[in-house]
Amino acid sequence: MTANRLAESLLALSQQEELVDLPKDYLLSGSEDEGDNDGEREHQKLLEAISSLDGKNRRKLAERSEASLKVSEFNVSSEGSGEKLVLADLLEPVKTSSSLATVKKQLNRVKSKKTVELPLNKEEIERIHREVAFNKTTQVLSKWDPVVLKNRQAEQLVFPLEKEEPAIAPIEHVLSGWKYHKVVKKGKAKKALKEFEQLRKVNPAAALEELEKIEKARMMERMSLKHQNSGKWAKSKAIMAKYDLEARQAMQEQLAKNKELTQKLQVASESEEEEGGTEEVEELLVPDVVNEVQMNADGPNPWMLRSCTSDTKEAATQEDPEQLPEPEAHEVSESEGEERPVAEEEILLREFEERRSLRKRSELSQDAEPAGSQETKDSSSQEVLSELRVLAQKLKENDQSRKQKASSEGTIPQVQREEPAPEEEEPLLLQRPERVQTLEELEELGKEECFQNKELPRPVLEGQQSERTPNNRPDAPKEKKKKEQMIDLQNLLTTQSPSVKSLAVPTIEELEDEEERNQRQMIKEAFAGDDVIRDFLKEKREAVEASKPKDVDLTLPGWGEWGGVGLKPSAKKRRRFLIKAPEGPPRKDKNLPNVIINEKRNIHTAAHQVRVLPYPFTHHWQFERTIQTPIGSTWNTQRAFQKLTTPKVVTKPGHIINPIKAEDVGYRSSSRSDLSVIQRNPKRITTRHKKQLKKSSVD
Amino acid sequence: MQWPPPWRRSPLLSASPPPGPAKEFLRPGRVSEAARLYSHYVTPAEGAREGRWQTRPSLRPASPTNAPQQPPLANVCQQNYGAPQDPVEPAGLRSASHVTGSSLGKAEVSCGSRRRWAELVPESSWSPAVGASKMKVKMLSRNPDNYVRETKLDLQRVPRNYDPTLHPFEVPREYVRALNATKLERVFAKPFLASLDGHRDGVNCLAKHPKNLATVLSGACDGEVRIWNLTQRNCIRTVQAHEGFVRGICTRFCGTSFFTVGDDKTVKQWKMDGPGYGEEEEPLHTILGKTVYTGIDHHWKEAVFATCGQQVDIWDEQRTNPICSMTWGFDSISSVKFNPVETFLLGSCASDRNIVLYDMRQATPLKKVILDMRTNTICWNPMEAFIFTAANEDYNLYTFDMRALDTPVMVHMDHVSAVLDVDYSPTGKEFVSASFDKSIRIFPVDKSRSREVYHTKRMQHVICVKWTSDSKYIMCGSDEMNIRLWKANASEKLGVLTSREKAAKDYNQKLKEKFQHYPHIKRIARHRHLPKSIYSQIQEQRIMKEARRRKEVNRIKHSKPGSVPIVSEKKKHIVAVVK
Repeated sequence: MTANRLAESLLALSQQEELVDLPKDYLLSGSEDEGDNDGEREHQKLLEAISSLDGKNRRKLAERSEASLKVSEFNVSSEGSGEKLVLADLLEPVKTSSSLATVKKQLNRVKSKKTVELPLNKEEIERIHREVAFNKTTQVLSKWDPVVLKNRQAEQLVFPLEKEEPAIAPIEHVLSGWKYHKVVKKGKAKKALKEFEQLRKVNPAAALEELEKIEKARMMERMSLKHQNSGKWAKSKAIMAKYDLEARQAMQEQLAKNKELTQKLQVASESEEEEGGTEEVEELLVPDVVNEVQMNADGPNPWMLRSCTSDTKEAATQEDPEQLPEPEAHEVSESEGEERPVAEEEILLREFEERRSLRKRSELSQDAEPAGSQETKDSSSQEVLSELRVLAQKLKENDQSRKQKASSEGTIPQVQREEPAPEEEEPLLLQRPERVQTLEELEELGKEECFQNKELPRPVLEGQQSERTPNNRPDAPKEKKKKEQMIDLQNLLTTQSPSVKSLAVPTIEELEDEEERNQRQMIKEAFAGDDVIRDFLKEKREAVEASKPKDVDLTLPGWGEWGGVGLKPSAKKRRRFLIKAPEGPPRKDKNLPNVIINEKRNIHTAAHQVRVLPYPFTHHWQFERTIQTPIGSTWNTQRAFQKLTTPKVVTKPGHIINPIKAEDVGYRSSSRSDLSVIQRNPKRITTRHKKQLKKSSVD
Repeated sequence: MQWPPPWRRSPLLSASPPPGPAKEFLRPGRVSEAARLYSHYVTPAEGAREGRWQTRPSLRPASPTNAPQQPPLANVCQQNYGAPQDPVEPAGLRSASHVTGSSLGKAEVSCGSRRRWAELVPESSWSPAVGASKMKVKMLSRNPDNYVRETKLDLQRVPRNYDPTLHPFEVPREYVRALNATKLERVFAKPFLASLDGHRDGVNCLAKHPKNLATVLSGACDGEVRIWNLTQRNCIRTVQAHEGFVRGICTRFCGTSFFTVGDDKTVKQWKMDGPGYGEEEEPLHTILGKTVYTGIDHHWKEAVFATCGQQVDIWDEQRTNPICSMTWGFDSISSVKFNPVETFLLGSCASDRNIVLYDMRQATPLKKVILDMRTNTICWNPMEAFIFTAANEDYNLYTFDMRALDTPVMVHMDHVSAVLDVDYSPTGKEFVSASFDKSIRIFPVDKSRSREVYHTKRMQHVICVKWTSDSKYIMCGSDEMNIRLWKANASEKLGVLTSREKAAKDYNQKLKEKFQHYPHIKRIARHRHLPKSIYSQIQEQRIMKEARRRKEVNRIKHSKPGSVPIVSEKKKHIVAVVK
């Protein structure tokens, strides 16, 4: 391989002189070298060329770019058989004894040597240089990326960027006298503490002594009242504290110190801690009922508020809030169990109930207020817990017998189940407006009253309500139909949704009920005059009327008639000249009883509305939010106003803004100057320029 | 209850004491509900009439006619707007419990900056059993911090209630304010400041003094260089620098001398200060070159400058031969610019439509980008080292990141003729461009459309433009021999602003920004008067562009999907990037 190349180069060397007038030779060579072999090949080529003329893949004719290989005096051509010329082939005919022996030897020696790669051409080299240089520059420039990004995103840029930095003095000089001392003192205290810690580990006795010393110092301090606010310094600081943040801090520190020093040393007893703990627990245990009721109240209506507070009070006095969840289960079990002849768990429950009521009574005598009850309750809650535990165990024991009874329970008729509702609750609950939810129920109520007095809607929980079987009201489906017909807007609006309150505080309903009635009465009295619903309906009717397309009446009274003033055009005429307006599309709020939709788009406002979401925003609500936050001083405090209106770019008039420098942004600028770098650079003047210079000097 | 309450009535009506029991409401035994409600409410005149207490002249007593207009204190007293409202206690009673003053007889009720007289309600007025001698005084306590100024120079404190319910319609109100601000901005948009005349041929180049804001240099087509004083608006020195055009002018970074190149193949260095008495006007140095130099720029820190012509030459000021010469291609280079941040970088643009970047240290070109048409000049961003903007013959400007030349960062379109010059604001946020269409435009760096266009009747083709170093003004030199001075912000008020003016300005600016997308405001803010020639050309070009776009869309529509590539506007104008 290398030999081959070498041969080539040798040949090239030998032909160097001929290269000058190459084109002529080249032309000649084409016609001269026509052997048999060549002729055949040429013919083949020609055929190929002709065939490719009409074909899709027109082949490019081979061009002979390197003339040197084809035109040679030895008639050696690399073209054709494709065999490679090896140095050995050339050396073979040379006889060992000939005068060419030395040359042969030299050539052999050359063969063993490694050849140097051909240098790349100039363009290529320059390209590589450029690429390397570009990459280098890009690297240098990439250090500006964070700076540029920061400046682009900056809320505010103040130009000129470079600031006169104050000379940084050592810290002692900067700090004022007292501050410096303070720092020193703090350091000392820290050190002392550390030492003490160490001493404690190494020598407990000494540490104790040390501790005593410290204690004594504290006592002295306490006696001296040095850290109270009466000193001259403290007084002056108190005056300054209003305006000076540092002074304020100093004062606060001093106060803290004072507090720390004058605090009576207390022996930390466990009982105290416990007490604290229980108090906390108690605090946690304060039920949410109080808050819940507050939240249930509809708005800040003073009447409602008052009633709510009273409600909570009553609730608290009536029952322990902790036991609130229980009564539900209780009721259920009661209603289930009452029928059964002798259930052991029932007895247990009753027992429990009795005990509880006993305790309640005692509590009631103690505390009228809910807050006061908390403490006693807590101790009692322990009791409750223990009782519950016992109860649970007993229940477990009875579990087996209960299961056996389950089958018999199913056979008990449902009507029977419902009967034993507490009698005294009925009248009150009947009056509750929440109960009357729909017309259907109202009707049902009436019917049931006719049929059987006992079948009244009960103050039952939701679950039980759903349990009510259809055999109680045999004509339910019919009623439903009726309801649909009869349903009226007025009724829909007046009937109320069931309130959440009743669920939250189930046991105190009766009392609350009365309260509520009072409230309603009051509200009714307060708003006696206005009927909001009727007003609304009237408004809607008017809106509908207004939106309807109007007929055009073109009758002219008196036209084409005898008569004078006050003549009415005949009905026939009116009919004739009346242009009926086409009926518009149905209103959007046709089926929405309590809504008025304005279908008139106001073109006047449309001119002041943004049609397309502006660029940086991705959601309309983002844009809306930015628009809805006012920035003026009418709505914002002075500070906020200033913050909101800071301009993005601030320039000072009369100040020259210099280009950004590496030092400005904390980078180290290069130590070497550009000029020195160039001068050190060997490649200073390109060859072309040199030539030019030479030329000019010649001229 | 009576309606309207007294504070709602007209002053004429309510100048008389409050209705009903006012006259006798201090007498025990006859206290109605109304009296209790309005018990806090009495005018000083009335107090005097009653003779129960002596009135002491307060610092600023409310006049009796004014006083009745005031609502009850609980409603207006602004110190206690955070105080919880007690629903049980009527408002009047509550306010009566805040009475200041140490003496028994009189008291003042503070209400923001106003003071009003409040009467004391003797206990006896609602408990007749107790004698008049036992009078319970309820005091108003007020914190002096809320109304006392710390120094005499401070503004009077005016406590404000920021309760949003008291200031409704914030969006519409701000909208109207923004609208007004936008209108006012247009009303006050008078950017033209001065015209500096004196040149006897078209102004070909401009240069800023690096250390002095008021000094500007200009070179004309007749070889004359003039130095101007902007504050006095006159020419302070004239130099006949070259024969033929002054092709380029630049100042040394220290401001002591400046360089010019001309059509007479010379580079000349001049002293900034004029010659002394009796001295002749002569350049410090003259370098005779072989070819015409078409541009010059000075290094930002060192005694090095660069010229361009057939190649880019880097010169040491002390030598007569260039220390480095760089070339790539054979066309004449029209302008060369040093990077102000990374000072070893240079950019040049040649007439074979390319922009070439050079590294002076490595003495090699870096990269070349070939555009559709010739670039006339480039300008580096002084705050962002790798960003430059090129002013092109195809009416556009291209902002490039020099690390990614294949796609410009932004194409700035608005001119209707070749862009001849561009210069960055020293803040690096905007640049100004001069065009052959007889106008200059100001573009934000990140926007493709201009925010401002300046033109006058007499201004011809604008050849050179500069943004002053304080970023407040713009200068442009044009064909008809004048240099014009403009404000960079057309409606900006010049001179020192008071703090309130500044606050108002900032607020208006923010409002304009906030509501800029609203059609009404957008239309007003965008509206500019244009000369007929520019206006009609804009219309024409819009039609042409639309036609081109339509054709392209049609071609895409009617050919095989994917066979017609969709080229973005940014890439459209880039022919190639050569490494």
